[in-house]
Amino acid sequence: MEPILTVERLSVTFDRYGQGLSRTGVSAIRELSLTVEPGRVTAVVGESGSGKSLLAHAIFHLLPGNARMEGTIFYDGAPLTARRAAELRGREISLIPQGVTYLDPMMKIGGQLRRGRRDVAARTRCREALERYGLGPEVEEMYPFELSGGMARRVLIASAVMDAPRLIVADEPTPGLDARAAKRILGHFRELAEEGAGVLFITHDLELACAAAHKILVFQEGRRVDEVPARCFQTGEGLTHPYSAALWRAMPRNWPEV
Amino acid sequence: MKHRLKFTARKLVRIALLLLGVSLAAFLLMDASPLDPLQTNVGQAALGSMSQEQAARLEEYWGMNTPPAERYLNWLRDALRGDFGTSLLYRRPVLEVIGQRISNSLGMLVCAWVLSGVLGVALGVLAGTRRGRWPDRLIRGGCLVVSSTPSFWLALLLLMIFSVWLKVLPIGFSAPVGTETAAVTLGERLRHALLPALTLSVTGAANIALHTREKVADVLDSDYILFARARGEAHIVCRHVLRGVALPALTLQFASVGELIGGSVLAEQVFSFPGLGQAAVAAGLGSDMPLLLGITVVTAALVFGGSLVADLLYGVVDPRIRRGEAKI
Repeated sequence: MEPILTVERLSVTFDRYGQGLSRTGVSAIRELSLTVEPGRVTAVVGESGSGKSLLAHAIFHLLPGNARMEGTIFYDGAPLTARRAAELRGREISLIPQGVTYLDPMMKIGGQLRRGRRDVAARTRCREALERYGLGPEVEEMYPFELSGGMARRVLIASAVMDAPRLIVADEPTPGLDARAAKRILGHFRELAEEGAGVLFITHDLELACAAAHKILVFQEGRRVDEVPARCFQTGEGLTHPYSAALWRAMPRNWPEV
Repeated sequence: MKHRLKFTARKLVRIALLLLGVSLAAFLLMDASPLDPLQTNVGQAALGSMSQEQAARLEEYWGMNTPPAERYLNWLRDALRGDFGTSLLYRRPVLEVIGQRISNSLGMLVCAWVLSGVLGVALGVLAGTRRGRWPDRLIRGGCLVVSSTPSFWLALLLLMIFSVWLKVLPIGFSAPVGTETAAVTLGERLRHALLPALTLSVTGAANIALHTREKVADVLDSDYILFARARGEAHIVCRHVLRGVALPALTLQFASVGELIGGSVLAEQVFSFPGLGQAAVAAGLGSDMPLLLGITVVTAALVFGGSLVADLLYGVVDPRIRRGEAKI
């Protein structure tokens, strides 16, 4: 299957100014390659601080000003340049961010989801998107501070599906949710993949990744150390790198019997 | 509702204490002043040629023989009844003098206030959205220079440029010299108010611009701007940045009422503008206790009113306060 997203040897470095005029590059992502296929969920698993969020921001060309990006990103067969990314953002590629801080605290949910459009079509789509995730029309009139954690996550997902995206990048969408709510959110991702979108699911939780993804990439200190089908983590076989093997052993169900 | 009542009650107590404290402080400072009211207002020579009786009557008039505590309490008792006494210099009721002075200053102060707010926010947003590039450096540099410039010096500079060299604006006063009050047109009033208003607003705008710039930078670095970009939103500045900047800008704007009134004392002095600030200087130098206390109380109330309006507007603008309050 032709991948919808191909990342080739992506590196992200930050300029850091030391004493005087010395300038050093701190690399956050090193020569990372990955592919996301349509209709599949690809999970990127790594510890906090391993540069996972930067990967999401790099795909959207939304890295901070002091970051430098090398390598190439292909979307739908053509290079994803900054200009093309700007055109595709919010239309074909969607970001699902971590939590409620990604919503404007001074603006009602409905207005944020509609992005300033006031026509009937936008209103209907907004209502349908919320309804799909079990949120009533009253949510449109709420401000972010009035949402619970779970509601906020569902609002963020609803915002991503407003325009039938072909690539969805979900950046840690589950922390702070209880197991059932998290399961439900993962179910939504699988559903989006079944509808034909490619889903890149970034998380630190291997167990969730196993439950949701078709393919798992293990990420350590800005490098990809392993890429395996999700079932490998069921049995522990096929894990080539010691770090992923250690991760597998750390999963509670694989703890040795006492 | 209960919340509202509590809020109002607390504010009322606070302003009562504030006015009491401010008037007492002004009284004590004035009382400790080494100026002899007779010598300053009557003059050494005239005083020397006066009979003992006349001098005693004048001393009585300036209240020099009454102990300070009694004088203050007398003033306070009358003020509570709404009688602020008679100005010793102008020989008219204090409230009348203040009313007339305020009506002179008000237009100029409002112009300066609005101009500084609009200019400050506009420059701040411009600088904040172009961080690190030349508009930002230019605006920031300019603002730093202006805010470290004393306002009276700025006033003199403007006076020299526009009135002395270019001769396009009047050199002082609130109306042309030698014209009857009734004959002064609005245009002439505006022309006379322009330079003092400009002086005050330039200083105020620099301050507001620097604060707004920081806030704009914070908002632009926030998660929700990143997400708005990721969703392909087009008008980020209009839709999100201005919203985020609105609250701090409002606070600054209303808090600047105090600085504005303070600045007007100097600016009016330089431009010989017969406003409230100039009357305050005259009252202070001329030992006109009733007028000075009256002006102090009125301006303190104005400044307090400014921050009160900011507090109330917060509740209207910020949904977290508006809706949160409704739930209590």
